[in-house]
Amino acid sequence: MEIKSVKYRIGKNYGFKVLVTIFAFACVVPLLFILFYILEQGITKINWHFLVNIPKPVGETGGGIANALIGTILIILCASVIAIPIGILAGIYLSENKKSRLAYWSRLCVDILQGVPSIVIGIVAYFWMVKPLGFSALSGSVALAIMMLPIIVRSTEETLKLLPASLQEAAFALGMPFHRVIFKVVVPVGISGILSGVMLSIARITGETAPLLFTAFGSPYLNFKVWKPMESLPHIIFTYATSANDEWKDLAWGASLILLVWVLLLNIFTKLITRKWKVQL
Amino acid sequence: MDTSVKNGGITRSDLPLRVINSTPEGIAKAKNRIRRSFRQIRTETVFRQALVIIGLLMVILVMGILLTLVIKSMPSIKALGLKYLWGKTWDPVQDIYGAAPFLLGTLISSFLALVISVPFSLAIAIFLGEYYPKGWLPDFLKNAVELIAAVPSVIYGFWALAVLVPIVRTFESHIGVLAPIGQGIFASSLVLAVMIIPYAASLGRSMIQLVPSQLKEAAYGLGATRWEVIRSVVLPYTKSGLFAGILLSLGRALGETMAVTMVIGNTSLMPHSIFALGNTMASVIANEFSEADKPVYVSALIELGLVLFLVTVVINLIGKKIIDRFTND
Repeated sequence: MEIKSVKYRIGKNYGFKVLVTIFAFACVVPLLFILFYILEQGITKINWHFLVNIPKPVGETGGGIANALIGTILIILCASVIAIPIGILAGIYLSENKKSRLAYWSRLCVDILQGVPSIVIGIVAYFWMVKPLGFSALSGSVALAIMMLPIIVRSTEETLKLLPASLQEAAFALGMPFHRVIFKVVVPVGISGILSGVMLSIARITGETAPLLFTAFGSPYLNFKVWKPMESLPHIIFTYATSANDEWKDLAWGASLILLVWVLLLNIFTKLITRKWKVQL
Repeated sequence: MDTSVKNGGITRSDLPLRVINSTPEGIAKAKNRIRRSFRQIRTETVFRQALVIIGLLMVILVMGILLTLVIKSMPSIKALGLKYLWGKTWDPVQDIYGAAPFLLGTLISSFLALVISVPFSLAIAIFLGEYYPKGWLPDFLKNAVELIAAVPSVIYGFWALAVLVPIVRTFESHIGVLAPIGQGIFASSLVLAVMIIPYAASLGRSMIQLVPSQLKEAAYGLGATRWEVIRSVVLPYTKSGLFAGILLSLGRALGETMAVTMVIGNTSLMPHSIFALGNTMASVIANEFSEADKPVYVSALIELGLVLFLVTVVINLIGKKIIDRFTND
């Protein structure tokens, strides 16, 4: 190796550092650009009418996205009801049985599930739920629940694995049955990690559109029945953003801002939880 | 029933037996206690079995997804065979289904996005893992990168449609592309590139932090500069981990649907250049699935979904294997 002068090497070192810094902070630019653009476009569209009205037909001005707001909340609620118990129990199973063969396969399947594209889950939910029962918000919830599962399972498992074994052993030594040890000792101690996993999964699915395209389908009316087609925020953004109608595009900007704020708040909240209880995710 | 022996000095409390009063209330209490402990034991068994069933459910879920995709795409596999994968024409009206334009569109847009995003995510990983692991500025950068992952893809798509597409259009007319539309594979690669930065970056950061400090200190002790340490110690050591991160972000890019659907232009023709309109596997499913009327058409779309599923599963499993091996060594 030829010998370079020290000055050259120091210069190269410095140059590389500057290059890395520039590249690293260049990624923040598009993010800020997007955030401010959405804020600028959306903030003027949001008012009381926007929040409590449903979209008007083509040609009329005004209208709001109340149906999408209600729909998103209901769909996410149903998805959480399905996914949270199953996810936490599966996480408990995986952390309690580290070595068994079923646990190995189960863990592998959770890993696989985490990488499945959302559109594929949409197709599957279409055949499982929509074919027999028709388009419904519930089928959208099932699709979203499948997407929530791996996040909840992994965070529960990782949290419970970190708990000291002596905790459980002490409870067993007192003669507590297994299910009481889990629900009275293990879960309460690990609740912060489990909770942040749940929040993270809700934040992740709030913006998902692809699985809702063929399941919840969307509807221009306000409804509270989960067995009927229902509008949701991401879906209303998609349909209105790709339409040619300026009135609808304005609605989509307002909806984007609301969705963005919602998702960001969920993320910040999760971050606060993890910081308060010092959870490692 | 009296168990105490008056003169032997043995009292009730010394016996390991639980003494039951012979009064009716006492017997009822004892019965209750026994019933309760049996119930607890039964609940315990039921709970253990329920956990096993839930564990099994995960396996069944994935198998179910795979089976559903395979069964529903059977008609098109039977009717079209393997030539489906390299047929160049997609014309549902005349019952011609060739997936090559979509496979090519997916590959081009994902790899272009990967090429654009890798320098940035590597820079973030090195910056946060090696140069400045602590402090308010790295914290800000870390949170910003996490925010990039948190923004919903439909919002990326909408923003790209309103802002990025016109910029790309001017860029295209500057470099002299015929028919500058703005939409197309190039624009969607740009959006994808922004969206997949966080995955490789956060994984790369944790990998770089795992490099043993003795190795780095040894190199410093030999008089290496920081850049030389990074190039000849940190990067070779974390090579496989960084590769896994890039693989995982490729998996993300392949499956990404909404943002791509909104900017890629949605045409079923073969893409001629990176500025051409196109379609990816995910976007063609999103666009045409609810309109598909013929059984073969539907199942051809599902076969695309099956291909997408298998490819992402393989990529993710390889990535996870590499990470596991890296962190266990």
